Amino acid sequence: MTDKRPVNLDIGTIKLPITAYVSILHRASGVALIGAIAILLGLLSYSLKSAEDFAAVQACLSSVPMKLLMWAVLAAFIYHLLAGIKHLVMDMGIGETLEGGKTGAVLVLVFTVIGVALAGVWVW
Amino acid sequence: MVKTVTSFGRSGLSDWLIQRVSGVVIAAYFFFIVGWLVTHESLDYSTWQTLHHMTCMKIFNTVTLLSVVAHAWIGIWAVLTDYITVRLLGPKATALRLVFEISVIGVLVIYALWGLAIVWGV
Ligand code: HEM
Repeated sequence: MTDKRPVNLDIGTIKLPITAYVSILHRASGVALIGAIAILLGLLSYSLKSAEDFAAVQACLSSVPMKLLMWAVLAAFIYHLLAGIKHLVMDMGIGETLEGGKTGAVLVLVFTVIGVALAGVWVW
Repeated sequence: MVKTVTSFGRSGLSDWLIQRVSGVVIAAYFFFIVGWLVTHESLDYSTWQTLHHMTCMKIFNTVTLLSVVAHAWIGIWAVLTDYITVRLLGPKATALRLVFEISVIGVLVIYALWGLAIVWGV
C-alpha cells in the first residue's frame, strides 16, 4: 500500500451506537449458547437415567456455582431470544428506521433486565 | 442471491428462513418447558420421566433438537464467514475457516446423535 491518504475504517476508534452493541451481544450470546447446549444435554441425560441420577442432578443444580451457571445460561438465552424477536419484528417491516432501530434496541435491553431478574428469582 | 457450498441450505434466502423458523421453534420449546417447570414445583423423577416418555414430547424434543443444530450451524457459519476471512487474516484464512467449520460440524453432529439417544431412550 503506497496510498498515504488518511483512512478511518478502524472500528475500534469509532464510537458505536446502541444498535451496534445490541447486535454484537446477539452474536456473542448465540455463540455462547452453542456451548451451553452441551451442559443442558448433560443435565437432561442424567435427569432421565434413573431416580438416583435425577436426585443427583437436583442436588447439583442446588449448589451455588451451578445456580450461577444456570442463571448465566438463562441470561444469554433471554437476551438472544428478545433480540431474535426484534429481528422477526423488523423482518415484518416494523421499526426499520434509524429511530425505530434505536427504540427496538432500548426495548430489548429493558426487557432483558426484567427477564434476567425474573430468571434470578426463579433459580434462587 | 448468496449461493455457497458450506451454507446450510446452499442459499442465503433458505438459510434466512430456516434461521427464523428454527428460532421460533426453540422459543416455543423454551416457553413450554419453563412454564411446565414453574407449575411443577418440587418435581420428582417419575413426573419428569412420564413427561419425556410421551410420544408427543419425544417429537417436540426431537424437532427442537434438530432446530437447535440447524440454527447453530447457520448462525456460526455467518460468524465464521464474517471474521475468518482473507481480508482480515490473509491467504490462509480459507483453510483455517474450513478447519473451524468442520470442527463445529463435528460438535453439532455429536449434539444431534447424543440428543436423539437421550430423547428416544426414555
Ligand atoms: C439454543 C438456542 C440458540 C442458539 C445456540 C442460537 C445461536 C445463534 C447464533 C450463533 C446466531 C448467529 C449470530 C449472528 O450471525 O450474529 C444466531 C442468530 C439468530 N438467532 Fe439464534 N440461537 C438460539 C436461539 C434462538 C431463539 C430462541 C431465537 C428466537 C427468535 C433466535 C433468533 C435468531 C435470529 C433471528 C438470528 C439471525 C440474526 C441475523 O439474521 O443476523 N435464536 N443464533
